[in-house]
Amino acid sequence: MSFALDAMTIVAVSAGAFFFLAGTVGLLRFPDTLTRLHALSKADNLGLGLVVLGLLPQAGSVRDGLKLLSIWLLGLLAGATVSQLIARTARQDEPTR
Amino acid sequence: MTFATFLEIMLAAVVLGLGIWTIVARDTYAAAVGFIVYGLLVALIWVRLDAVDVALTEAAIGGGLGGVLLLGAAARLRATEVMAAAEAPGKGVCLGAAALSAAVAVAIASAVLQLPEPAPTLAPAAVANASATGLANPVTNVLMAFRAMDTMLEKVVLLLAIVGVWSLASDRAWGGRPGPRHRSDPRGILAFLARLLPPVGIVVGIYVFWTGANHPGGAFQGGAILAAMWLLVIMAGLADTPPVSNRLLRLVLIGGPGLFLLVGLGGIHFGPAFLGYPPTFAKPLILGIEVAMVLTIAATLGLLLAGAPERSTEP
Repeated sequence: MSFALDAMTIVAVSAGAFFFLAGTVGLLRFPDTLTRLHALSKADNLGLGLVVLGLLPQAGSVRDGLKLLSIWLLGLLAGATVSQLIARTARQDEPTR
Repeated sequence: MTFATFLEIMLAAVVLGLGIWTIVARDTYAAAVGFIVYGLLVALIWVRLDAVDVALTEAAIGGGLGGVLLLGAAARLRATEVMAAAEAPGKGVCLGAAALSAAVAVAIASAVLQLPEPAPTLAPAAVANASATGLANPVTNVLMAFRAMDTMLEKVVLLLAIVGVWSLASDRAWGGRPGPRHRSDPRGILAFLARLLPPVGIVVGIYVFWTGANHPGGAFQGGAILAAMWLLVIMAGLADTPPVSNRLLRLVLIGGPGLFLLVGLGGIHFGPAFLGYPPTFAKPLILGIEVAMVLTIAATLGLLLAGAPERSTEP
């Protein structure tokens, strides 16, 4: 049982790390603000979500698990809001065509 | 070399590199962003050192509220950026400053390296005497009981800082509302966040303060979270800053240090000494002071960020 849980942790956290890596590569390589934001928010949402999912089996108690989940939810909320705000500012700064 | 050591070396290298980058960065805005990331990474270092209380404070102040302050300053300075670049100090001054900073860093490093092994510490004494107050978090014990004098004076310093910021107000705005009136789309995303997040943030802030009695956390960290929620509501334009002449606001500002001082003076009469708590009432007294303190800290940090009064109370 504990082997299965550990395996799940390793797989999920590795997948999360991959999303962070992909998001960072996107942030560095994509051509404009909006696509860069797109790459970054994927890393935040999915990467953090997978890392939290992977850590859940290692949480000592239900309470700790709920804390981990709420960290992910707050991260989602903050990431989505900030992406929207940055995108809006970027659009206003853009010269009108 | 274990994996954890490797991770720590990487972290230290990134922090050092980021520090240098922040100093060299030409653009004020970029430097401010660099400093925020620097604060968050330093918080990670404190976690690695098992100093979670310090890490929370560093993240809240170095990464959070200090970051907002610096970004605001960078936005205000944007118009003068070109002029400031023209007046940049010469190479000699820069090299002199760098040499002086390096000398200070070397002096501190050699002092740390010469510390006896194991380093002198009062930590065992602080842990051994935890039963005197009934609180399990040794950091809170040191802050609120063993070195209560320092903590009380620190809060008075915060109060002086507020007076300093307020004294920058023009005659016309004296007693008025600090900072500009923020406006944003009432149906926009920022107003949405400012409605959704504060209920959660206030619970988290009170939890961090309350758990500080037995676990990492405390009045300062909790107060910083509450201040952030207050500022979010102000920046989204859902509420205005209170006029600094407001009686209730001033009462909250002096409440924390005032109660601390009062309990401290009571210690002369009822307890062992100034700021000495009667042993049976130690825990309720400390918690009472901390409740007043968390409100004072939240109001003080919020007002420090809001800035000097700019608008008179009359519309």
